[in-house]
Amino acid sequence: MGTLLKVTDLEIRFHIPEGVVYAVNGISYIIAEGETLAIVGESGCGKSVSMMSILGLIPIPPGEIAGGSAVYQGRDLLQLSDVEMEHVRGTDISMVFQEPMTALNPVLTIGRQITESLTTHLGMNDRQAEERAAQLLEAVGIPDGVRRLGDYPHQFSGGMRQRVMIAIALSCNPSLLIADEPTTALDVTIQAQIVELVIQLREQLGMAIIWITHDLGVVAGLADRVIVMYAGYIVEEAEVDSLYNDPRHPYTLALLAALPRADRRRDRRLASIPGAPPNLLIKPQGCPFAPRCQFVLDRCWSDTPVLTPTGSDHGNGHRAACWVNVKTGAPR
Amino acid sequence: MVGVSRSVDDLLTPPLTLRQLMWLRFRRHKMALFGVAMLILLVIYSFGGAFFFSEAYANTTNTKMRLQPPMAGHPFGTDTVGRDILARTIYGGQISLIIGLTAALVETIIGVLVGALAGYYGGLLDSVLMRVTEAMLSVPQLFLLIVMAKFFGGQIPDLTVMGRTFSGSVIVIISIIGVTSWMYLARIVRAEFLSLKENEFVLAARAIGTPRWQIIFQHILPNSIAPIIVSATLGVAGAIGTEAYISFLGMGVRPPTATWGNMLDGAYNYIETAPWLWIFPGMLIVLTVLSINFVGDGLRDALDPRSRAT
Repeated sequence: MGTLLKVTDLEIRFHIPEGVVYAVNGISYIIAEGETLAIVGESGCGKSVSMMSILGLIPIPPGEIAGGSAVYQGRDLLQLSDVEMEHVRGTDISMVFQEPMTALNPVLTIGRQITESLTTHLGMNDRQAEERAAQLLEAVGIPDGVRRLGDYPHQFSGGMRQRVMIAIALSCNPSLLIADEPTTALDVTIQAQIVELVIQLREQLGMAIIWITHDLGVVAGLADRVIVMYAGYIVEEAEVDSLYNDPRHPYTLALLAALPRADRRRDRRLASIPGAPPNLLIKPQGCPFAPRCQFVLDRCWSDTPVLTPTGSDHGNGHRAACWVNVKTGAPR
Repeated sequence: MVGVSRSVDDLLTPPLTLRQLMWLRFRRHKMALFGVAMLILLVIYSFGGAFFFSEAYANTTNTKMRLQPPMAGHPFGTDTVGRDILARTIYGGQISLIIGLTAALVETIIGVLVGALAGYYGGLLDSVLMRVTEAMLSVPQLFLLIVMAKFFGGQIPDLTVMGRTFSGSVIVIISIIGVTSWMYLARIVRAEFLSLKENEFVLAARAIGTPRWQIIFQHILPNSIAPIIVSATLGVAGAIGTEAYISFLGMGVRPPTATWGNMLDGAYNYIETAPWLWIFPGMLIVLTVLSINFVGDGLRDALDPRSRAT
């Protein structure tokens, strides 16, 4: 499978009255056609911002893309004009957001909101667009699509609205769907349904997916590959099994240890990571995770580790940005 | 459950549509209902009255019959050159209502455009547009009206629409009322846009590649329609009032075309001696403006999504 999107050394800053926020600090990754990539990390680690910048959705100013490129089908998305970008969004790359309760326009019917991109991007006439919209609704599991086109968002539940958002995002058959925590605002049973729906649609349509989340449980069932972000850096990148069975960055290790598990004793307290994420107003010196790391070495305070292949199996692309071998606690 | 064949759908009461909710709330406003009824009567009076008197009759002068008090044949009396006041209030009403509506339309279009662009784009464009708005606001409207009416008045030839000739000054008055009254609406729309554009549905629309003009006019504008409708309604009342006073000053619509406003021009000298000159057009202006304001109040309550009255 070919490369769909290649992001290199992406750097994003925000200029706010208090100073400069170093939101994303030189991240690079590749996503292949039809692949599902999960990006995990805690709030404020730059997951969403790095994705939104690719689609030209961060406000500039105060935002600034300080460097890097995002090459999609031979074009650098970061260099496109607003009008060119409008055409990429929706047709080539689509995005689904976290909050289905507010992501639909309350005064427009569902039908209007689905047909919009069909008429704009695919040049369909109103009748064709409505027919297709009804099919899309059925495809995302909303029965009686034709009738529901005339309904307003407040007549749908949260899970249904997220289904509608997915229908809108997929209406023009994009080759890449960016899902920004699409299940976070939903309750657990609905979460499972949405994940199931996305898996099923991926099989039908074959699009690549970037799934942003902080729920490692969801990732396991969905993703091919995982990127772990911390403070605007990618700290580990691996295939999903490799990451769970053999985490090689102390942060990933701590995250996995913090997962609540049904097979653990109930009287044990949940593990947590001591300390708090770093203040992004200060350009990090050395490893951003050093203050919270149980393996920290002297070197970690001065040298920023680079994402490098680790372990004996260099071949499968398991990379981590750490000076320590987490199995032994010894320097690498 | 034998014999029960109703599906779940049949048991659901369909929720009230937005329009039904609005009507429920509007109709609780007794004064607004009065306003609507009054306006309907006024429209019937102005446009229906034309079937009983010709415009030529309304403009016929008869100096032998000047300043006649109300009597048989001239129920509202006659004016300083002997024209029938009843017929003139009918034709004047048409012009006054048309000026009110079209001037408010001009006002709304300019106000919405300026406010929407300033609010959505922000930055430099916002600063420039808002400074222009403030500059316009800081000059008294009356002054602007008089200067513009003097400057443009009489430059536009009479025009004929549907077999009737209008003084070109009607167009001038509509334009200058529109151009001098959009500022408050622009500020309201800008404020609405500033808050609405931060909504996630705007981001979501952008994320699927919706073009900007579509986001501005089809996504955000419908969400701010309530204050715009209210403001436009009150704008009609304002425009009718404005037309009245500029015509009263003799700089508005030129005779022989009648408006309620220019019928007052000249009545000034006869306030006590011939009160019928100003009572009838004056009363019609007051009734119209008052009714529109009541309707505006009713709409404000009916359109407010936070209003819980149903």
